Amino acid sequence: MAFSPELAEIRFGCGLSPVHAQPISPDVMINDLFQADRAAQEFPVEPFPAFRERLVQQKRLARAMRQARTPAQKAELREENRRRNKETRRESISWFGQALLRWTHTPHGFRERLVHFWADHFTAQGNRGVMIHAGLPYQEEAIRPNLSGRFEDLLFAAVTHPLMVHYLDQRSSIGPNSQIAKKKTKAGLNENLAREVLELHTLGVGGPYEQADVRQLAELFTGIGYVPHKGFIYRSKAAEPGPETVLGKSYGGEQARFGDIRAVLKDLARHPATAEHLARKLVVHFVSDAPPSDLVAHVASRYRETGGRLSEVYRALLEQPKAWDPSLQNVKPAFDYVASACRALAVPSDLLAGARPDQLRRMFLKPLKMMGQPWLRPSGPDGWSEDDSDWLSPQGQASRIGWAMTVPVELTPDVIDPRRFLDHALGAQASPVLQREVHGAETRADGIGLVLMSPAFQRR
Amino acid sequence: MAGILSRRQVLNRGLALGCSTAASPLWTPVSLAQTPGENRLVVIILRGGMDAIDVIRPYGDPSYRLARPTLANDAPKADLDGFFGLHPAFGDLMPLWDRGELAFVQAVATPYRNKRSHFDGQDLLEGGLVEHDASQGGWLNRALQFVPGAEMRTTFGLGQGLQRVLAGNAPVAHWAPDADLSLSAQTLDRARRVMSEDPAFSAAFTQATSLSSGDGTLDKMPDQGKGRRHVSIARYAAEQMTGDTRVVAFSLNGWDTHRDQPRGLALAARQLSQAVLTLRSALGESIWDKTTIVTMSEFGRTVAENGSKGTDHGTGGAMILAGGAVRGMRVFGRWPGLSETQLLERRDLMPTADVRDMTAWILRSTLGINTGDLEHSVFPGLQLGPDPGLFL
Repeated sequence: MAFSPELAEIRFGCGLSPVHAQPISPDVMINDLFQADRAAQEFPVEPFPAFRERLVQQKRLARAMRQARTPAQKAELREENRRRNKETRRESISWFGQALLRWTHTPHGFRERLVHFWADHFTAQGNRGVMIHAGLPYQEEAIRPNLSGRFEDLLFAAVTHPLMVHYLDQRSSIGPNSQIAKKKTKAGLNENLAREVLELHTLGVGGPYEQADVRQLAELFTGIGYVPHKGFIYRSKAAEPGPETVLGKSYGGEQARFGDIRAVLKDLARHPATAEHLARKLVVHFVSDAPPSDLVAHVASRYRETGGRLSEVYRALLEQPKAWDPSLQNVKPAFDYVASACRALAVPSDLLAGARPDQLRRMFLKPLKMMGQPWLRPSGPDGWSEDDSDWLSPQGQASRIGWAMTVPVELTPDVIDPRRFLDHALGAQASPVLQREVHGAETRADGIGLVLMSPAFQRR
Repeated sequence: MAGILSRRQVLNRGLALGCSTAASPLWTPVSLAQTPGENRLVVIILRGGMDAIDVIRPYGDPSYRLARPTLANDAPKADLDGFFGLHPAFGDLMPLWDRGELAFVQAVATPYRNKRSHFDGQDLLEGGLVEHDASQGGWLNRALQFVPGAEMRTTFGLGQGLQRVLAGNAPVAHWAPDADLSLSAQTLDRARRVMSEDPAFSAAFTQATSLSSGDGTLDKMPDQGKGRRHVSIARYAAEQMTGDTRVVAFSLNGWDTHRDQPRGLALAARQLSQAVLTLRSALGESIWDKTTIVTMSEFGRTVAENGSKGTDHGTGGAMILAGGAVRGMRVFGRWPGLSETQLLERRDLMPTADVRDMTAWILRSTLGINTGDLEHSVFPGLQLGPDPGLFL
């Protein structure tokens, strides 16, 4: 069980590609994380500050509608709002195309995988209006730049991000003894963000916290907010005067301060239970649903030793022989499945970048939904399942096979010979049975479909 | 309905006067022949934590309005029994209540306490154990192992994901109404051989080919409009249940109402109502009379509303029962009260019954599973309480 470039690309990257070189060592994979983010540069997605302008306009229109003097004026404004929402929806589909191209053409597959891992760990979704489409701009701002530093910085960026604040209702959580609550008697706490930070983002549900810690952390979090024209803000008028006790440690004093929130997040990030929780999750995600316990322990201890320095945590994972079991393990989630197929097909970037929204919808977004993974819309803040059985349902497999048999031939200008494609997609992983069936396929489309539906291509 | 009592109402009244369930001439034990019987059971998992106190509003409890200053006032009550009133968004179900085809079980919970995590809560709800153990599968699958003659098509888990309540050794069809698989005969054979190298894939593939009608292609996939998923699932479920299928499980999301609950709960309630009414109309009267629909959720929500016109994660919740087999027009369960000292940890509705106990009685009546199997295998360690009388 040792490093192999092919396995590195399959298990820790975006899958094999006929045009992009494979990493030659774990050290190179880590070093690549500090190189320029070429995939992001080549296939840009709207950054969050630009996206915020859309929220500003939405707010402006909402205010104008409330103040409109005539029904005609109001109808005109409503029409403008509808038009803007539609435009944002169209553009967000093109951002999806860019995300797909990043997988297809990145020279640094591990980075892309980490983006998806952490974006899922910090699942955040918009519930209404323009915010529905904020998923990728959020990742650009909170996740992507913070992959390889300390976990506490990633945690802070994600938890205080406007999309997270919106998703987990933090904006409406008001300290019961805050200045606002003195005027608005119905104002009060909302536990949602505090609970998920403890349960999902840091300690894990088995971690050493109680309902009282959730409550105290919710009090400490009051004040976290955002406004469209600035992004994150600290609203001291909503903040509960301290101190609050979380996991036995007291934070803050009579005057609530933003620094207390930073302090508690830092302590939570460095907690041993967080090290254990994140180490386990990384190993389950990248290696196996049944993670070798010594591998988890190794990664967790590196986390504790380095105070959660993520690049070193990844290095601990990649340097262990148990991470390199040559038999393929986890079943790819639907997006990873489809995107790694695009990578094996080396789908030309102009083809996807030039696709109309309805084409992307038909070829990708609807099939992803049928495969059980609507793009960036998991059913809750726990994100997508790591459990193989969830990606092995009969209905999901029917959708994958249907996709594999029909869509790839639309994505390649000259349909490739399936025998060559087998080598591109699977390299040494192609079994004799698969080779025989692909060689005997009736049509090129069927041959490519057989490669992509094969268990060897669906696992990693 | 006007003036004329239905068969059900007559029965209801008779039973209210003290007939026991077992003595009812219309109650037939189903385990006589080696078939799964004629009763139909639909289990709907409501994910997110249904706020029972807002669904079945305890207007008769003096603490209710104090705990819910905003939520108690958003619409006039639809009275159920003088103490409880139904959330207005369930209004379409009131005719079922009036016909005796709708009931509620109040103040129930799984054994899950203290941490109030959706994901742990759902694992326990579907696993049916005191301590979750994924290797034991889900309680509904364990129950199916005692249903004579149960085959794959006896039971459907519907939706894009897998219903964990159905995980386990008994054969179950996992499918989505809009899923399909069309391959030429030759390609189908090749695909089967390719999949045969990996048992887990092979099993999923075999089921997919047997469940697929095989008449669609990706391009022709029906476009389920946004928010209509529940209707297509209910319609598909009814279609199967008119044939050989006896048990269906699916889930509905959207019950995690931390904020703006009047809007969020109404949306979720309308979906559930539509699913129930679609089932009723698509099943037809004779099958509906043999049908039990039961909903359950991982937990209830805080008694007090929070600062965002919503509620946070709590403990005691409720089950909703519908169907022609149900002894309707009742709110079952012992009401613990809402004053602060009556609450669990001065916060949540105190559970007075175990969801598993109620569920066991449902399995006993619908699938004919005996008490010993329920207590030892389906819900190991559970001791069945007295018959709550949920059925006619």
